[in-house]
Amino acid sequence: MHKKRVVITGMGVIAPEAESLPLYDEILRSGRSLIRHVDELEAFGFEAQNGAIADPLIDPKNELLRLFEIDLTSDFIKLAVKAAYNAWQDAGLPIPDPDSEEVDYDTGVMIGGVISGIEQLVSKVVPLLEKKRPKRLGSMIVQNTMPSGASAYISSIFALGNQAMSLNSACSTGVDSVNWGYHSVASGWAKRMVVGASDAYNPYSWAGFEGMRVLNRNSNDAPEKASRPMSESAKGFVPGSGAGVLILEDLDLARARGARIYAEILGGFSNCGALRGKGSMTFPNREGVIRALKTSFELCNIKPEEIDYINGHLSGTMADPFEVQNWFDAMQLKGRKFPYINSTKSILGHSLGAAGALEIVATILQLYNGYVHASLNTEDLHPAIEKLIGRDAVPLERVDFPEMRIAAKANFGFGDVNSAIVLRKFEE
Amino acid sequence: MNKQEIKEKVIAILKKYTRREEVWENFSDTSDILNDLKINSARLVDIILDIEDEFDLEVEDEAMDRIRTINDVVEIIAEKKAEKKD
Repeated sequence: MHKKRVVITGMGVIAPEAESLPLYDEILRSGRSLIRHVDELEAFGFEAQNGAIADPLIDPKNELLRLFEIDLTSDFIKLAVKAAYNAWQDAGLPIPDPDSEEVDYDTGVMIGGVISGIEQLVSKVVPLLEKKRPKRLGSMIVQNTMPSGASAYISSIFALGNQAMSLNSACSTGVDSVNWGYHSVASGWAKRMVVGASDAYNPYSWAGFEGMRVLNRNSNDAPEKASRPMSESAKGFVPGSGAGVLILEDLDLARARGARIYAEILGGFSNCGALRGKGSMTFPNREGVIRALKTSFELCNIKPEEIDYINGHLSGTMADPFEVQNWFDAMQLKGRKFPYINSTKSILGHSLGAAGALEIVATILQLYNGYVHASLNTEDLHPAIEKLIGRDAVPLERVDFPEMRIAAKANFGFGDVNSAIVLRKFEE
Repeated sequence: MNKQEIKEKVIAILKKYTRREEVWENFSDTSDILNDLKINSARLVDIILDIEDEFDLEVEDEAMDRIRTINDVVEIIAEKKAEKKD
């Protein structure tokens, strides 16, 4: 069957201090860190006390969303619902009548997440079970902890009747959710997909990373310096939170309704290094990464030299130089200049499952508006990276780049998973 | 506490679980909680928990199954209150 072309017609983000797309764009353009000292982490005994916290509060003036708040207690769902509302509006789609029985069976939802409603378990289930009173939990725990809860609420809010699912592939979740939506529309399963990912601030889940000693604990007095992907002094990532949601549409549908088109998804690919070679639960098998990147270029029918910009996974750990080496080897540019590469995590921190979704939105904003945002805290670029791709490939300040045409984005996650997506500025 | 006072407290609890104000424009003692007030059936257990807290009593699952209308809730509470006094 002929594959449909898939375009992005709407985007919404709930990032720390940035709940609108123009503000998110402005933050990326100006390269302003959203990382702050989190007093609660200090109170809980974390040595790494910085984070980026997105606000799950639903605006009481939002007539539609407040109808759904009665039984909505979970922060990751609230973030997803808010981002989906913004994306839906940004796409120029009509807000449905909540009392209508009409269902749109052509539009589906795929919202990923890693941590989901863990705070509900910790704050509600644990105390009641310790008192041997599980019946006192009432009815709302399951729908607020289940990973597909965000998709379920979004289908309900917008009356969407195609698939409503969630996926989790650790830090690859965001890219995989968007790729899933791409395949759904390309194959004809759905005509439109609401896709993305959400993860909320939660000291109980962040504690696991503190336990692993993978958070940067050397910068509590200078939060904006804490997230330093690709720098020689990178000493761990900074946890973040938020949600990114995109509206993907069959090009014919988007054209028929005269939608604004941000970019086209050319395709993507995901694999797993199977924890072989030097691969482990937390470090990638290099062969798997290179295969994933190469295969995504092949499936999208592009040559690596056509890529103008890379939005890396680049979380600010010792793995960053290896990641850049893997991109370099997968692309085999043979003496040609390496494209621009930056890390959106230098601004937003690492919001786990949501990271990929927020970073894809960032990639598209840069592609659509023609710039490459600064990769913060790369004054001391790692010498191995500088030697390989040169200082100029990693912007210390924003670079205006209106000619940008193709962007590649990848995330790599625990479990040795690798996911890539390729985006192109829309061409008729 | 008389039945009128109980009813007022029950309505205050039920209001937490209705999506729209409009359902309260025309209601009576015999309004059906699920169909007329349009409360999701899963929320009945949350309503019962609130009632247990508000009236300091315990409502067993069998009693909950008998609830259809506002009046059913008031009657169950009145019964339980009377039992407590005995």
